[in-house]
Amino acid sequence: MKLVKNILESVKPLFIKGGKLEKMYPAYDAFETFLFVPDHTTKSGSHIRDAVDLKRTMAFVVLSLIPCIIFGMWNIGDQYYSAISAETNFLNNLIFGFWKFLPLLVVSYAVGLSVEFAFAISRGHSVNEGYLVTGMLIPLIMPVDVPLWMLAVSVVFAVVIGKEVFGGTGMNILNPALTARAFLFFAYPSYMSGDKVWVHGAGTDGYSGETILGALASNTSSWDNLKWSFNDALIGYIPGSVGETSFIAIIIGALILIFSGVGSWRIILSTFLGGYLTALLFNLWGVNFLMSTPAHIHLLIGGFAFGAVFMSTDPVSGSQTNKGKIIYGLLIGFFAIVIRVFNPAYPEGMMLAILLMNVFAPLIDHYIVDASIKKRLQRIN
Amino acid sequence: MSKEIRLKKGLNINLLGEADKVYASVKPSERYVVKPTDFHGLTPKLAVKVGEKVKAGSTLFFNKYNDKVNFCSPVSGEVIDIVRGAKRKILELVLKPDAVIEYEKFATASAKSISREQIIDSMLKAGIWPFVRQKPYDIIANPTDMPKAIFISAFNSAPLTIDNDFALYGMDELFQKGLDYIVKLTNGKTHLNIDGNTNPSTVFTGAKGVEITKISGAHPAGNVGVQIHHINPINKGDIVWYLQPQDVIAIARLFTEGKYDVSRIVALSGSQVKKPKYYRTIAGAKIANLLLDNINEGDNRIISGDILTGKHIDVNGTLGFYDTTITVIEEGREQEFLGWILPGLHKFSSSKTFLSWLTPSKKYSLNANMHGEERAYVMTGEYEKVLPMDIFPAHLIKACMIEDIELMENLGIYEVSPEDFALCEFVCTSKIEVQTIIRNALELVRKENS
Repeated sequence: MKLVKNILESVKPLFIKGGKLEKMYPAYDAFETFLFVPDHTTKSGSHIRDAVDLKRTMAFVVLSLIPCIIFGMWNIGDQYYSAISAETNFLNNLIFGFWKFLPLLVVSYAVGLSVEFAFAISRGHSVNEGYLVTGMLIPLIMPVDVPLWMLAVSVVFAVVIGKEVFGGTGMNILNPALTARAFLFFAYPSYMSGDKVWVHGAGTDGYSGETILGALASNTSSWDNLKWSFNDALIGYIPGSVGETSFIAIIIGALILIFSGVGSWRIILSTFLGGYLTALLFNLWGVNFLMSTPAHIHLLIGGFAFGAVFMSTDPVSGSQTNKGKIIYGLLIGFFAIVIRVFNPAYPEGMMLAILLMNVFAPLIDHYIVDASIKKRLQRIN
Repeated sequence: MSKEIRLKKGLNINLLGEADKVYASVKPSERYVVKPTDFHGLTPKLAVKVGEKVKAGSTLFFNKYNDKVNFCSPVSGEVIDIVRGAKRKILELVLKPDAVIEYEKFATASAKSISREQIIDSMLKAGIWPFVRQKPYDIIANPTDMPKAIFISAFNSAPLTIDNDFALYGMDELFQKGLDYIVKLTNGKTHLNIDGNTNPSTVFTGAKGVEITKISGAHPAGNVGVQIHHINPINKGDIVWYLQPQDVIAIARLFTEGKYDVSRIVALSGSQVKKPKYYRTIAGAKIANLLLDNINEGDNRIISGDILTGKHIDVNGTLGFYDTTITVIEEGREQEFLGWILPGLHKFSSSKTFLSWLTPSKKYSLNANMHGEERAYVMTGEYEKVLPMDIFPAHLIKACMIEDIELMENLGIYEVSPEDFALCEFVCTSKIEVQTIIRNALELVRKENS
């Protein structure tokens, strides 16, 4: 610890004003504040401050993702070994998944942070912590076999177009992680859907690596006749994006977010409620197999749960008022199911529903705040 | 039966170093300082020169734009220095006190026999008027206005602040006398708001001629701004006056004893104070004697006022005109290795991101460290949890940042004060300087409206 501090101190003169690498100061600052909580003290206003800061908050989101990460890695292995019909065990699955997942994670962080640092240096502001979470979310919502160069391109797109053009963390309109996924989805659709990409090794021996949503969307079989059971979907023994398959792991994450106050319970609950009620409604109609899928199954399959817990709760792109959060969540759930059942080309409605509601979140807030303004004006008259 | 209001939002910060309810004696101060900067938006004009002899109650300076508002010397003695800052702005008038205080004589009068105008005139002349402040803007009340109501909050809810029940113990009669004059200042109601979490002293519960409301809940329930919001909210153009309990005593002394007596009781508190206790002192007193041999070694921060809103002063500083608490905490100027990742059993946070949530009743000795750097807004819903007002705090702050006056008015700028937002600033994950933003916005609106 002393050693680290000494090294930092010894290179600091290079980066401060007048030093050779003066322009690189934001990069130095990012490393220093990553290692040491700075010694700044309050200058105005309240003399004491809460111990929480953005680094801590973001670290907590990553912590809440850990169950999904571990299960996701295990599931990569498990799906692979069942695709090639080989014997396996817990450790084998985990190790195989780890070596598949690691490159995705490394590429996501390396590329994303490089872009973040470049923008921070060129603009002379400090590096924001937002990418700690975005960088973890992106590989979790990708198919395991996504080519690394594609991942890199989508990360650059997400950070530059999704975030930096608006002014960086805190200013973006769309959720950056979903922007990355949406970019890949529309730019390289064959790598983001179908029955090859979700399971490593699928396609060999005629094994189909189709997701449940893919199977239902092709309208050849109802939920009851699929090879997966309720328990499979609940625990997550199903093909899908790396982190999205286990409902239980996601709910553990949700509980951490809600308990710590980092994630909004209003958004999470209302999204599930909106999705459930909408799916119930379509059960009555039931003209295709997606419509007739039981409502509670809709919440377990695909990216619904992962999106509800980790994507729609992004405080920057979501609704900001308490009432607005409930409306925002309900509508995400609603649109996710609507897109699923009406558009077999995009069975994963969650991504589009959240992005759509990201755009409308400021409008929802506008009307909530406007109502309060009207109330205040009425008081005068 | 008094009315009762229960506030559900807010936050109590459990801190070590609360003042014991005993009085400690201390040598009188060798210097007294009157600071025009204690009064927001005041442009002072001097009435004395260096070397002049004054009595307690002699005018030192007055408001340049309203020359009836006098500011008086708290003690008798000699003006030994006038400290000026940039652009010759007057910062301090330093007084060397006499051994025995001599008072200017002012006329006494019973509350029944005296009219509103006479009360105001006497208060202006004797320099007591500046105790009467107005909302919006937190400035000294304009004596020509008619407020729609007057508010007195009988309790403080901020951490480590003075307990008025203790400080005013036994002053029932004097407090009631002060109220008798104050109620005449408005044609509306005079509200005395008492603590609903405890059993307040009879000084307050027995007060007559005023409307008593019990307010319960966590901090900022004791903030007069929050109370006004729930009892009689301020609309554009409204003016409400407010006072603190000890100000009422000063008013009573003026009319019963005919003197400008601003002696007051202060609490010396904070984790760096060896024996936190109560003291009898005088507004403007240098606090060096109070702190002598009574604070722990180290890099200390001394605050005149409470820990959330007070002014940073040094060992040679003085007690502010409106302050009744002195707080001493550690500066906390140290780096912490990977502090954002450690479990944090000993860190206070309103979020549950530190393991300290396991010990909710633990008391902390917080220092002035920021615990992070300023960032853009990311988290939402944090401010709402600690602001018990029907206001959208984050939206209001953003309106203030872009200086959109119409939007600020719509979102309720007239109902808020920086102190009401102190907890928002405390809990802010992005470490935004919320109180400064509100203060600047209020100044902007005030200038625009004047």
